[in-house]
Amino acid sequence: MKQEQTIIPIEVGRLIGSVEQFRNEGYRLAHIGCTKVGDNSFEINYSFDKDYVLQNLRITVTAETEVPSITGMYWGAFAYENEMHDLFGIQVKGINIDFKGTFIRTAIKFPFSVSAAKEEKK
Amino acid sequence: MTKQIIVPFGPQHPVLPEPIHLDLVLEDEKVVDVIPTIGYIHRGFEKLVEKREFTEYVFIAERTCGICSFIHGATYCQGIEQIMGIQVPERAEYLRVIWSEYSRLHSHLLWFGLYADSFGFENLFMNAWRIRERVLDVMEQTTGGRVIQGSCKVGGVRKDISNEKLDEMAKDLDTIDREMKEMTTVFLNDDTVRHRTRNVGVLSREDAYHLGAAGPTARGSGVAIDLRMTGYGAYDRLNFHVATESCGDCYSRHSVRAQELFTSTDLIRQAIRKIPDGPVDIKVTGAPNGEFFMRSEQPRGELVHYLKGNGTKFLVRSRIRTPTLTNIPPLVKMLQGCDLADVPVIVLSIDPCISCTER
Repeated sequence: MKQEQTIIPIEVGRLIGSVEQFRNEGYRLAHIGCTKVGDNSFEINYSFDKDYVLQNLRITVTAETEVPSITGMYWGAFAYENEMHDLFGIQVKGINIDFKGTFIRTAIKFPFSVSAAKEEKK
Repeated sequence: MTKQIIVPFGPQHPVLPEPIHLDLVLEDEKVVDVIPTIGYIHRGFEKLVEKREFTEYVFIAERTCGICSFIHGATYCQGIEQIMGIQVPERAEYLRVIWSEYSRLHSHLLWFGLYADSFGFENLFMNAWRIRERVLDVMEQTTGGRVIQGSCKVGGVRKDISNEKLDEMAKDLDTIDREMKEMTTVFLNDDTVRHRTRNVGVLSREDAYHLGAAGPTARGSGVAIDLRMTGYGAYDRLNFHVATESCGDCYSRHSVRAQELFTSTDLIRQAIRKIPDGPVDIKVTGAPNGEFFMRSEQPRGELVHYLKGNGTKFLVRSRIRTPTLTNIPPLVKMLQGCDLADVPVIVLSIDPCISCTER
């Protein structure tokens, strides 16, 4: 049996409005995850669930993009957003509990970031 | 204004099987705020996806957790199978359900022991782990491994269980049920257990839902989310109900887990009755090209394996979102306003698996 899921690509500027809409429609935040695509781009998926149907908002950003925090709508998102910063080096603005890089302590700083990938190639 | 002090809890603490750190902000004996920190044992498994072929990565995925390892492996395989459009043989689907439910029994029994230990009930701790040994014996007899099974693969499973052995397992479940009944009677009715868990660490239904609580943490607050209801594997051919409680306290969370023990044995019995004869795997050719968010129900709640392939043998991304990560914000909420002495019990009540979280 296939689990129902949809991916909705949006611009970073529409993130807060779209997340707010999901919140108002009674969706719960199921997951936020980041994927490195290309040399300097990242896909960030915000997954929302209602009645076992998964809706995924997708933004594509560069390492320099400042991503707005969604913790104003989903308080618990701080765990994902700090993780995104600590592993990928994504700059998230306005997290309710901002650990400033100490939520996940890794031996290599930002192991999935562009700079870490360059170091690895060397 | 009462003077506030910060008491560090963890990463090393007698009740913590794995390291998590909480800064507890106290006014007298009351916790007024909590700041959690993880990352002491982050292993970077997700990075290994770039260096291991997708067929081999199942062994890595399985090692994400030393408790619900089989479910991690099965979820990863099901995600790859969804991307590649692979339909595994029906017998393999039933075997995955059987091993998944034994994993849930093993995990819940392990947790019941640790939980009893957190409020000083040593005898109950030993009793829970004694029953767990029976479950681990079955896992070892059928897969060769007690906690890391290695029996799941993309396209099915590596090992079959003979019908004679399945019958023997079904009979053994009666003994397990009887022993679990005795144990859960104490957890649900004993005055000392009630005293330490009733109205302690309350999480409202609204908070559980909007903070992203998963598994028994959500269901103990009346949020009936159980990913097995999506019918992955052979769950769509089995009958079960989602156990819930409404009070949202520690007692409710352990009551949900107590009910789930018997749901698991019932699901195994049903699977043994319905499992068809036939092959247990199919040959897999090609490589995954696409992406899928595979979700399953771990003993601690909703597990997400996001997988993305580009048509080569190496995946572009494997992102594992474990239930403990999403249960941390609800834990912060539960701890706000509690007594310092109740912190260990409340922390244990979400069944934290830092090993998973630090994948």
